[in-house]
Amino acid sequence: MGVAVSAPDLEPGPLMLRRRAWLRSNLLPYALISPSVAVIGGILAFPLGMLVWLSLQHYGLRELIAHQGRWVGLDNYRSIVVDPLFHQVIVRSLLFTFACVVLTLVLSTLLSLLLLKVRRVVRVLVMSALVFVWATPVIVSVDIWQWMFDYEFGVMNYLLTQLHVGNFIHHNWFDNPVQGLGVLVLVVVWGAIPFVTITLFAGLLQVPSDVIDAAHVDGADAWQRFWFVTAPILKPIFLIVTCLSTIWDFGVFNQIYVMLNARPSSDYFTIAIYSYRESFGVTQYGLGASIAVVMVIVLVVVTFFYVRETVKVAEIA
Amino acid sequence: MIAPGTAQGVQLGRARAEAQANVELNLWQRSKQLLFDATGVAVAALMLFPIYWMVATAFKPGRDILALTPKWFPSPFTLQNFRDAIARPFFLEDVRNSVIIVAVMLALALAIAFLAAVGTARFGFKGRTAFLVMIIGVQMVPLNALIIPLYLMLDSVGQVDALPGVIAVYLAAVLPFMVWTLRGFVANIPVELEESAMIDGCTRVGAFFRITFPLVGPGLVATAIFGFIQAWNEYIIAYVLLSSPTNQTLTVWLASFTTNHGPEWGPLMAGATLTGLPVVAFFLVLQRYLAGGLTAGAVKG
Repeated sequence: MGVAVSAPDLEPGPLMLRRRAWLRSNLLPYALISPSVAVIGGILAFPLGMLVWLSLQHYGLRELIAHQGRWVGLDNYRSIVVDPLFHQVIVRSLLFTFACVVLTLVLSTLLSLLLLKVRRVVRVLVMSALVFVWATPVIVSVDIWQWMFDYEFGVMNYLLTQLHVGNFIHHNWFDNPVQGLGVLVLVVVWGAIPFVTITLFAGLLQVPSDVIDAAHVDGADAWQRFWFVTAPILKPIFLIVTCLSTIWDFGVFNQIYVMLNARPSSDYFTIAIYSYRESFGVTQYGLGASIAVVMVIVLVVVTFFYVRETVKVAEIA
Repeated sequence: MIAPGTAQGVQLGRARAEAQANVELNLWQRSKQLLFDATGVAVAALMLFPIYWMVATAFKPGRDILALTPKWFPSPFTLQNFRDAIARPFFLEDVRNSVIIVAVMLALALAIAFLAAVGTARFGFKGRTAFLVMIIGVQMVPLNALIIPLYLMLDSVGQVDALPGVIAVYLAAVLPFMVWTLRGFVANIPVELEESAMIDGCTRVGAFFRITFPLVGPGLVATAIFGFIQAWNEYIIAYVLLSSPTNQTLTVWLASFTTNHGPEWGPLMAGATLTGLPVVAFFLVLQRYLAGGLTAGAVKG
């Protein structure tokens, strides 16, 4: 009698098994994502919140030692809003980003279209060149360009002089910030072309050729075929590479900082460098944080569309 | 003999004109093709020139580097620059640090990202969309913006100027992209493959490890390449967090490669070549694994 009663406890009945399986299959996905949530939450999301909180504090060297900031509300934001240097920095960052993104996209689009036209051998050659450039670390590329634009023995000054562009002997490109930033745009665009070109080329291969042929038969010229047929099909890819380029170029730090030997003058400050200077240079972490918050806000606005598109794609899949 | 104006003559004339037009068209098309190919070669040369210039400079003796008329080929060839670069203080320590950081970070990242990829690709659950939005959303925040709080956070737990702190930051930086990419790879492997293995007597876990796991190989390789490049090339986080020279990474070592007399271009270019070499090698060796389509046709319909 007693055996009969305790039997369900010793041997789990079908109901209990099903319940355990239900629990397992319901908790399993959460267990699978929990390490990622912990890492991303702890090391990206939490610092993002902390950044906003810091931007509302006075946090200098004394506060750093005491691990305790002093609440100042929006004072940091008030001081950067009236700071003329900050206005220059914002304008410079936007112009720099615009120049880099436009040049990258135009050149990469032309190059990806060219890749469709060349014969196989040439395509392999160009692709290998792109992969080599892509694989070059940013710091390495900055060192190379620094050497190529060296005022005394740089190969660029020699070439430009030989090609009769002008007399560039002992021309220091970084004396004039407009020229210096021009060189930096070149460095950034050179480094960005491989990723964008290869992505666009992959997209171009997906464009069905019968649609292009149909447009051809209907009398569309090459430009019309690109603008009215290819470009709309590639729109999502264009959107993604534009947004990613904007994020990378607006937050540019390494190229400028290393190119100017870790001592950029204020003529070269972009928003990331300015934020870095305010926090680690003059130990005003609160002020630096408020500049970084402005940077994040600008990027969130710019990239909102990218996130929306990507999430749409993810939900369909 | 065919008199001009007769039917046969007209026909012949037409054929001749047609052939002529064909030759012209062919010539036009061939010269157009030649123009495209030449442009392609020129672009490849332009893109590669900076890299060539780095390697060429690295192999030149000092007097050829500092020449007002540049020498296009390293004709007296020397390895002295490489010896100088390696002999510079902290090179070996910093190589070791870079290798440790990248290896530990990649091992952790691949494991964690793979779990999350399976979780989101194979299961529907409440909060899945929120998780995916978070994965995409955090990629929008540049790491540059988070340096201040990351520094303060790691400072309060004593992990500034220590490798674990940098490993943790890199892990978080590459994880969103890795999860997203791997999720695509896992989702592309048909569930039917696993199910048929289970019908054939595999357990669920067995089916997963025998069928799905090997097929995700290319995806793991692709994300590993991405993570490797990101971590190996990263500069600013390592620069801010790692202050003592014995704890720094190779990029920080390279960026600080100047003396009081300005940069020594020969050793600097040799150091740059050495820093870039592993990345290029990684790219080229593993590129063939990136070829997809392994599962194409495994399940019909």
